[in-house]
Amino acid sequence: MADSTATIDAAGIDRWIRAFATAVAENEGMLTRLDSAIGDADHGSNLARGLKAVLAKLDGSPPEGPAALLKQTGMTLVSSVGGASGALYGTFFLRMATAAGATDALDQAGFAAALRAGVDGIVARGKAEAGDKTMYDALAPAVDALDAALGGEDFAGALRAAAAAAAAGRDATTPLQARKGRASYLGERSIGHQDPGATSAALLIAAAADTLG
Amino acid sequence: MKKLINDPADVVSEALLGMAAAHPELRIDHENKIIYRADAPVQGKVALVSGGGSGHEPLHGGFVGPGMLDAACAGEIFTSPVPEQVMAATRGVDGGAGVLHIVKNYTGDVMNFDMAAELAAAESGVEVVAVVTDDDVAVQDSLYTAGRRGVGVTVLVEKIAGAAAAEGRDLAAVADVARRVDAAGRSMGMALTSCTVPAAGRPTFDLPDDEIEIGIGIHGEPGRRRVPTAPAREVAEMLVEPILSDLDFTGGDGVLAFVNGMGGTPLLELYLMYNEVATILAKSGVTVVRSLVGPYITSLEMAGCSVTLLKLDEDMLRLWDAPVRTPGLRWGV
Repeated sequence: MADSTATIDAAGIDRWIRAFATAVAENEGMLTRLDSAIGDADHGSNLARGLKAVLAKLDGSPPEGPAALLKQTGMTLVSSVGGASGALYGTFFLRMATAAGATDALDQAGFAAALRAGVDGIVARGKAEAGDKTMYDALAPAVDALDAALGGEDFAGALRAAAAAAAAGRDATTPLQARKGRASYLGERSIGHQDPGATSAALLIAAAADTLG
Repeated sequence: MKKLINDPADVVSEALLGMAAAHPELRIDHENKIIYRADAPVQGKVALVSGGGSGHEPLHGGFVGPGMLDAACAGEIFTSPVPEQVMAATRGVDGGAGVLHIVKNYTGDVMNFDMAAELAAAESGVEVVAVVTDDDVAVQDSLYTAGRRGVGVTVLVEKIAGAAAAEGRDLAAVADVARRVDAAGRSMGMALTSCTVPAAGRPTFDLPDDEIEIGIGIHGEPGRRRVPTAPAREVAEMLVEPILSDLDFTGGDGVLAFVNGMGGTPLLELYLMYNEVATILAKSGVTVVRSLVGPYITSLEMAGCSVTLLKLDEDMLRLWDAPVRTPGLRWGV
């Protein structure tokens, strides 16, 4: 259904984060298996542990407004996950919070801009470029697809396009040679493995499509 | 898996309880897993904070004390500490002269220390400078990887920069000497066996009885190559040659030669290896003026060793000889 007035309030952000947490919990073993091939076999368990802490905060007395929720999520991930994934996902949510600003609800353009600010934060933190075989390879096409589809009537459709682009970006990491993170030490031996970070990042965008459209 | 532990989940926190009991000259924040020298913050002195995943002991907590680190943050095993920990340590040691972060070059460590420095500057105005160690010549092609890993030279940076801070140099000068040590040091390691992370319960990688891994890091990451088991003399060649071909160690004020145990190799074998290394260096025209032999930056119970060479200048040599009083290194006091 055409819905050009859809807005994303704190309840929407709450749904999105919970859906992401569920997806990570369901795919924890798969993420860790992917990470054991080219990393240190803890991406699934680390992220699942961090999101469990995030859910505990959401179930407690969550702050009001989308920005405060995003900030709380970012701080919790930063302080409970550790390693590179904690810093990167934490930075993503913290930068989203800053971009969201003091508002009760984001409009579609505001959400897309906040999402892009989060992805820009990941780039600033991790210095990744397209094709380095990282989470950025799923997120960059996703924010581009969302922006391209925005002006239309159908926000749900725009989010689905973003999720499809993230999934395609994730799949495209398999033939790449890693240039960032621990996988990069493998050199050519990293070729032929799907990147675990791009995989969890695709889950994040898919969760947005499932809950915010 | 056979280990002297109670529960895999409690290994780091229970080891910290033991450090507190054994070393009353240290103060331990068990909640944040931070080891402080008991008299921190030392007013007017540049403070040194390091940290990283646990499993490399005595690095970093064993190097806290006068003449070396002011605080060390212990992460989970092989997992970097989180920014909150590093921030707390930074605030806890700042004596008004600023804080030097010593960070090993691993993606997670660098990011978490970066975030901590940003947050510390924003919240408390503490001046922080970070120096990243990256001495592992096993990582080739730094442009296309996360860069060389920080290994053995980290111990030497912590000692020498710690001495510079102790004699009253300012933050820029302490950071400068730390960078000079990193730039003048090179390392290469090898493994005879893998190691077992307690929570994982099984060895990180499989290494057959008749093979050794050359060019390993300190987390059971893969090395440059696997070769058949060889006599110590040949292993020493495999470690020293890539170091000498990466940097000219002849001339100057001489070299510090450091043979490090990975955790599961006895001192007997480390001294045997030191002899082989010293022989190669003598033949190569490298003058050794200081040595360090023992397990100082380890990888749990991994058997194997690493070789670090540091090309000294007069300043570094004097700072190396300066008094130090920590659980892991202690002389001149």
